[in-house]
Amino acid sequence: MKEILEIIEGNPKIEPVASKIKEMEKAGIIRKYKTVIDWEKAGEEYVYAIIEVKVALRSRTGYDAIAERLARFDEVRSVHLISGDHDLSLTVRGSSMKEVAFFVAEKIATLEQVQGTVTHFVLRTFKEDGDILFEKEHSERLLVSP
Amino acid sequence: MSGKYISELVKSVPPSGIRKFFDLVLEMEDVISLGVGEPDFVTPWHIREACIYSLEKGSTSYTSNNGLLELRELLSKYISSEYDTVYAPDNELLVTTGVSEAADLAFRAIINPGDEVIIPEPCYVSYIPAVVFACGKPVPVPTYQEDDFRVTSEQIEESITAKTKAVVLSYPNNPTGAIMGRKDLEDIADVVNEHDLMVISDEVYDRLTYNGTHTCFASLPGMRDRTILLNGFSKSHAMTGLRVGYAAGSDEIIGAMTKIHQYTMLCAPITAQIGAIEALKNGDGEMKKMVREYDRRRRLVVGGLNKMGLDCFEPKGAFYAFPSIKSTGLTSDEFASRLLKEQKVAVVPGEVFGECGAGYLRCSYATSREELIEALARIETFIDSI
Repeated sequence: MKEILEIIEGNPKIEPVASKIKEMEKAGIIRKYKTVIDWEKAGEEYVYAIIEVKVALRSRTGYDAIAERLARFDEVRSVHLISGDHDLSLTVRGSSMKEVAFFVAEKIATLEQVQGTVTHFVLRTFKEDGDILFEKEHSERLLVSP
Repeated sequence: MSGKYISELVKSVPPSGIRKFFDLVLEMEDVISLGVGEPDFVTPWHIREACIYSLEKGSTSYTSNNGLLELRELLSKYISSEYDTVYAPDNELLVTTGVSEAADLAFRAIINPGDEVIIPEPCYVSYIPAVVFACGKPVPVPTYQEDDFRVTSEQIEESITAKTKAVVLSYPNNPTGAIMGRKDLEDIADVVNEHDLMVISDEVYDRLTYNGTHTCFASLPGMRDRTILLNGFSKSHAMTGLRVGYAAGSDEIIGAMTKIHQYTMLCAPITAQIGAIEALKNGDGEMKKMVREYDRRRRLVVGGLNKMGLDCFEPKGAFYAFPSIKSTGLTSDEFASRLLKEQKVAVVPGEVFGECGAGYLRCSYATSREELIEALARIETFIDSI
């Protein structure tokens, strides 16, 4: 099973073993198929930012309530509960720096449990979810060799 | 130039038949090549990184003639755990500049002028010239699809004369993808023993065995000291251009090979040797991934060729399919030349690897799956047009 998963993680378009894949889809092991897009190449100037969020916990609801709330925003592309100085790490996408900044200021910073935020704008992405986005390496092989 | 300065021995050896195709392909664009005898993977990053780090640290000197001790120790451990055969790192292992050098050394170390060496064909293009350069006489033995391209002990026995010195075995085989079963090898071991011969066993594709288990010839009872075991990192760890291989054998044989090596090569490149150390220490995971990928492509290509009516024997090792094109009525040279011109797919005609390869093509599947699918479609178009 791991082998099949590793293959389709790298290339979901791959043919056969359909029945096994169907089973794994049903069981929720395969959650969804994603497309990694180089938006910059497509001419779309998206701006990404990683937002560190410090949370003041309300009793009982824990991190789940605030994390789930943040996750509902379309602008928020990922939400992780992390160890260290901050509690949550978000990836936010917008069409301009201003848009991202205002989104954070208006929708996130204003939440009651949010004690503070730190915004890091992404300048360039080199690797995304295991996919290398810069020019892939290849060797110049001789076309015919013994 | 009239060639009067060139030795008769060198003149007697024709240039490799692969060269012709290489020149043809160079003139064309958008060719999908199934003619490549090396992995399409780049050397795994952790191995390259180890090489880079060693250069940063300044490791650019000669190593001992027989190679870095750490590498020989790792090789000794590896061969003993994989094939239950023990070689002493000090005097029974020699690190070489690729397996090609090891093969050359092996021939030169044992051949007296006129000695015969039995070489099953089709085979890698270098053995016969290397025997000739060593002043030996190559004795090709054809293998056939009916025998799964395995050489039989009877065939070897029939080829033995008073002058026979050694037998070359190279399984998994380039170009057929054939492997030998343990029983096949045991029968050959009996013949070798009876006639007091040496065996040069090139097992560079050992890790690329998909269906069946690889048996190391040297691991058979009584064969260790009759065998010069050759292997390397080119195929298993995609390290062709780094040039690092090795030979394992008795103290006496390795000593003789080392004598030639120390005067002609000195040592294998240190950077490559350091890469090989990293490959042996941490390279298993990446290697297995590559092997699995080859296996998937193997099934794709063999299935595709058979489906379009080319009779293709199931290769169980290496990364080549060797379909018969006899049903098309073309010779393999005509087929390959026309396929290249008309559909821009490069393959290598089987007779490049020996006369008995006529009527076959070597199709390397060390190429991306997308390209393989496209190449298969083009080959089918070509066949339909004949």
